[in-house]
Amino acid sequence: MNTIFALAGVVIKDLYRRKDFYVLFVLTALLTLLAGSTTFFEDKRISGYLKELCLALIWLATLVIALTTAARQIPAERESRTIFPLLAKPVTRWQVVVGKFLGSWLAVGVAVITFYLFLGAVTAARDHSWPVAQYFQAAWLHWMMLGVVVAMAMLGSVLFSAPSVNVTISFIVVGGILMVGQHLHKVALRLTEPAQTLLTLLYFCIPHLEWAFNYRDLLLFEQPLISWGVMAGATGYWIAYMFAFLIAAWLVFRRKSLSVG
Amino acid sequence: MSVIVKTERLRVEYPNRESRNGPKVALAGLDLQVNAGEVFGFLGPNGAGKTTTMNVLLGFVPPSSGTASLFGIDVRQPIARQRIGYLPENTYYYKFLTAEELLRFYARIFGLNGAEADKRIAELLKLVELEHAGKRQIKTYSKGMQQRVGLAQALINNPELLILDEPTSGLDPLGRMKVRQIIQRLKAEGKTVFFSSHELGEVETVCDRVAIVRQGELRVQGRVSDLVQQHNCDLEKIFLKIVGYEINALP
Repeated sequence: MNTIFALAGVVIKDLYRRKDFYVLFVLTALLTLLAGSTTFFEDKRISGYLKELCLALIWLATLVIALTTAARQIPAERESRTIFPLLAKPVTRWQVVVGKFLGSWLAVGVAVITFYLFLGAVTAARDHSWPVAQYFQAAWLHWMMLGVVVAMAMLGSVLFSAPSVNVTISFIVVGGILMVGQHLHKVALRLTEPAQTLLTLLYFCIPHLEWAFNYRDLLLFEQPLISWGVMAGATGYWIAYMFAFLIAAWLVFRRKSLSVG
Repeated sequence: MSVIVKTERLRVEYPNRESRNGPKVALAGLDLQVNAGEVFGFLGPNGAGKTTTMNVLLGFVPPSSGTASLFGIDVRQPIARQRIGYLPENTYYYKFLTAEELLRFYARIFGLNGAEADKRIAELLKLVELEHAGKRQIKTYSKGMQQRVGLAQALINNPELLILDEPTSGLDPLGRMKVRQIIQRLKAEGKTVFFSSHELGEVETVCDRVAIVRQGELRVQGRVSDLVQQHNCDLEKIFLKIVGYEINALP
């Protein structure tokens, strides 16, 4: 575990020493501050829309951080050839994959916590209430969901050598799941065989990231807390997908020839 | 005397996409043996198979056939790399880290933490004369300083075997002298050093034994003094003869 944590530490250090990360961070914080603190004629509906806008912004920013961080991990190691002194140590390729994943996921976690705390503080200042437990549940589900996105991008980072290709494909896949994932089985019912079976299978195979997106209602409409059993179930579901993507990434990476010479 | 590095009939082939003449043979049945406590020079012209041999020993490239072992352990096992240090030809390190952070990162991989790691890092920075620059990011270092950080990271686990790929390449005379002094110091400590170099004078000075490869095959292996006596000329002339140059044709 020491090696995995050491690798994760390097990923986090790399991220916080990059300027582009701060630009995105500060920009999101400023827009959240602006939209979250504004009131129009004491109209609660408008405040609600603005809060929804803030959450959408946070979702987009964290998705960009997750994808761009994870997608470049292994290609950057190969391009800068830092992978050679690393693998010359008693480090396995599984440890490299897991360490890079953990670092990216923890970094994204810090961004999620910071954004939610910021949003909570800004809206609490306006609404004079802060439903902490709801915020915790929404942030937790968001972070777990992003774990699947990071693991998926890790798989992409060993499949595609260019991070830009990986980021684009991952964005399309994640966007597709978020927008149409929950409707696939309904669409399947209107199709003929074998398309119906195939689409139904696809519905059950894809990681349903939109669940976390739907739980934004916890904050938007101050809904009651989700039961902790459901929280545990959703956490387990996403962790299973993280493992599946990481194992797939390792299986590809362990056979990958490193460019030498 | 125990054997530290051993290859037997080691063969490496790369797929040759540009030609229909079959795969490109990088190593053609290389037999090599390095004993404990030796400084072993691995020589050959560019493209002879030196880097490929090192890449096999470090587990980067799998052998097509034959075997390679470190301390008697198959090189494909990560544990074979527990007692080695590796210095690549160029400085491939996380340049956003400081030298101290880089060394701490590698120390953690070897299970060194806390005060033990701090002590080792301070010792190594002193050894490579970088104690004044330990808190600076590596990207601000000169090439010579980066090479010395590389040497420090290769020594972080106090390795029994050091694999150095052209350690003095691109260094100024002072830098070369410092690297040579460190190799001699390691030799005095009983470490085994396996290194490739094009600096034949340097090899003659520091090496106990050498091997010369050409086109993936071992051409000669033996003690430097024996080879010099046997061929009645210096190592440079022996090298040129073996790699196929006509000595008389030289200016």
